Amino acid sequence: MIAIEGISKRYDEVQALRDVSIDVPEGELFGLIGPDGAGKTTLFRLLVTLLLPDTGRMTFDGRDVVTDYRYVRRHVGYMPGSFSLYQDLSVRENLEFFASVFQTTVEANYDLIKDIYVMLEPFAERRAGALSGGMKQKLALSCALIHKPKVLVLDEPTTGVDAVSRREFWAMLRKLKDEGITILVSTPYMDEAAQCDRVGLIQDGQLLRTGDPATIAQAFDRPLYAATGEDAYRLLQALRQREDVEEVHPFGTALHVTARSDMDPDNVQRQLREQGFTGAHLAPIRPGIEDLFMRLMR
Amino acid sequence: MRTVLHMLRKEFLQIFRNKGMLPIIFVAPIVQLLVLVHAADFEVRNVRLMVNDMDGSPTSRALIDRFGASERFQVTVTHCCFEKGMAALDAGATDAFLRIPVGFEQDLRRSMHGSLMLDLNGVDGQFASLVLLYSRSIIGNEQVDLMQRLHGLRDAPKPPVDAIPRFWYNLGMDYKNLMVPGLLAVLVTLVGMFLSSMNIVREKEIGTIEQINVTPIRKWQFILGKLLPFWFISLFLLAIGLALGKLFFHIPIEGSVLLLFAFAGVYLWVTLGMGLFISTVSDTQQQSMFLSWFFLVIFVLLSGLFTPIENMPHWAQVITWFDPVSYFVQVIRLVLLKGSSAMDIARHFGIVVLYAAAINGLAVMNYRKRA
Repeated sequence: MIAIEGISKRYDEVQALRDVSIDVPEGELFGLIGPDGAGKTTLFRLLVTLLLPDTGRMTFDGRDVVTDYRYVRRHVGYMPGSFSLYQDLSVRENLEFFASVFQTTVEANYDLIKDIYVMLEPFAERRAGALSGGMKQKLALSCALIHKPKVLVLDEPTTGVDAVSRREFWAMLRKLKDEGITILVSTPYMDEAAQCDRVGLIQDGQLLRTGDPATIAQAFDRPLYAATGEDAYRLLQALRQREDVEEVHPFGTALHVTARSDMDPDNVQRQLREQGFTGAHLAPIRPGIEDLFMRLMR
Repeated sequence: MRTVLHMLRKEFLQIFRNKGMLPIIFVAPIVQLLVLVHAADFEVRNVRLMVNDMDGSPTSRALIDRFGASERFQVTVTHCCFEKGMAALDAGATDAFLRIPVGFEQDLRRSMHGSLMLDLNGVDGQFASLVLLYSRSIIGNEQVDLMQRLHGLRDAPKPPVDAIPRFWYNLGMDYKNLMVPGLLAVLVTLVGMFLSSMNIVREKEIGTIEQINVTPIRKWQFILGKLLPFWFISLFLLAIGLALGKLFFHIPIEGSVLLLFAFAGVYLWVTLGMGLFISTVSDTQQQSMFLSWFFLVIFVLLSGLFTPIENMPHWAQVITWFDPVSYFVQVIRLVLLKGSSAMDIARHFGIVVLYAAAINGLAVMNYRKRA
């Protein structure tokens, strides 16, 4: 459905994207994961015809995005990273306006947005600016869906949204995917990767890797351990000084230790206890996407 | 076209919902019109004149009486010195200082020639030249009487040539008749240019343009939907302004109101095009405000509203050819005061049409849905 081949984009000072290629087949829920400033928004804005690439080619449903931009604009549903609906218009007025811009009506495509819109219905006459964050996000999604798009492009839809709304939102996306809509979504949260069919990791304008969220972390090619103990900060320093430890990163309450091939965890644990970390404990763990990210980012 | 109607509906909804903008659109221009007309009144009354009568003769007293009889002058007489008068001028206690030298009457009697010295506060040049004009005419009138009295001439030797002025199209030289139409032209321009540019930039500023740009809406549909509301509002304001001018200031309406609106309808596309152009080069409402302001101040000062274009140096006159406001100020005065017909203002029409086409073409070219 979407083919991105060797796209590069440069702003005056910054190389925003470097030779990025992604293929998203029809009906897939593809997640673009990366920290702020990685180039996610630039890639999406290129795809929805808001920017022109310096090099490379993009096709949308088999049509060139740059030359056949009118086709893209008719068939893409785009939700920008910041709330971009009219705050001084009511929920219903926003929806009706966007429907009319696509020369359709709310009624004609009601079945697609029904599940989302019923939650908004009680606030139909309220100004969009007076909605809560979660409601704004639902309205934005409704407006992006009102013309039955073939592809939905969502730029960080869950940023700044509470945990419950985030879960709800992902459930809505899965339902839309079941309707046959191809979805591209970006997020800075690694834990949302599992919700996608496939993910791409992006950093500094470069696509590091794409793959199945369940198996992509297998690309992590070193033994990984979680270290716990009192005084985590001193423990981190002690571990970093060791010759047989490659990297240590704090992850929540634990420290994730990337071992060199010659490291013996029992030995490390014993020596740490001898150094005074009486509760020190090392256990092997399966690397997650975040671990892979940290490693790829080096 | 249906899409444009939807855009219009949305724009009007937003404009009438904006509690901050509504008064600025409708109340401010009307108040400005009612107040500014008085502020721009150039008539001079109650000039404070201090006279140092060193002669103290019947002739000098008669002259002073004549100044005193004029409603334009408030005369204070002092027999003291030059320094006192100049001090009063310096302190702003008097607007003009007239000195009648010793022997004024004698000189007149002997040589038929006498001199007076008039010191004026020239800070406000326009004011000073008007005071000079009034003073000259009073002194001129007095001269005729003087000749009769001093030389016993029955048939006063009137000046051989006498120009009797008659101010056509504005018989009483009533400044309101000149200012109300002019100010109306400026106010209508202001609303068109400021509000249209700010309205488009607002969409940029709050990011809604991102969403709009990814829809099939065409550039011309969006622009037309953005500009048309202010076209209607500006014409509506012109109608209100004309009605108020007639009601409160009794301005003459000699020509066809329909013709005036036809011209305004075309002219407004110049101001709206300017607004559109400004919006394409600004990213924030603040920037667009400054740009609009910059252009508007130049346009208004060169428009001939306050100072006649004919009095400007040649290079400034050349600049006024490119000032759209000057054409509207001229046309509104021509049609209202002189009753000019469509043929009379055909040249203005042509220029404004060209201007509108050029500025809108430029603005549309500069307006990009993507970078």
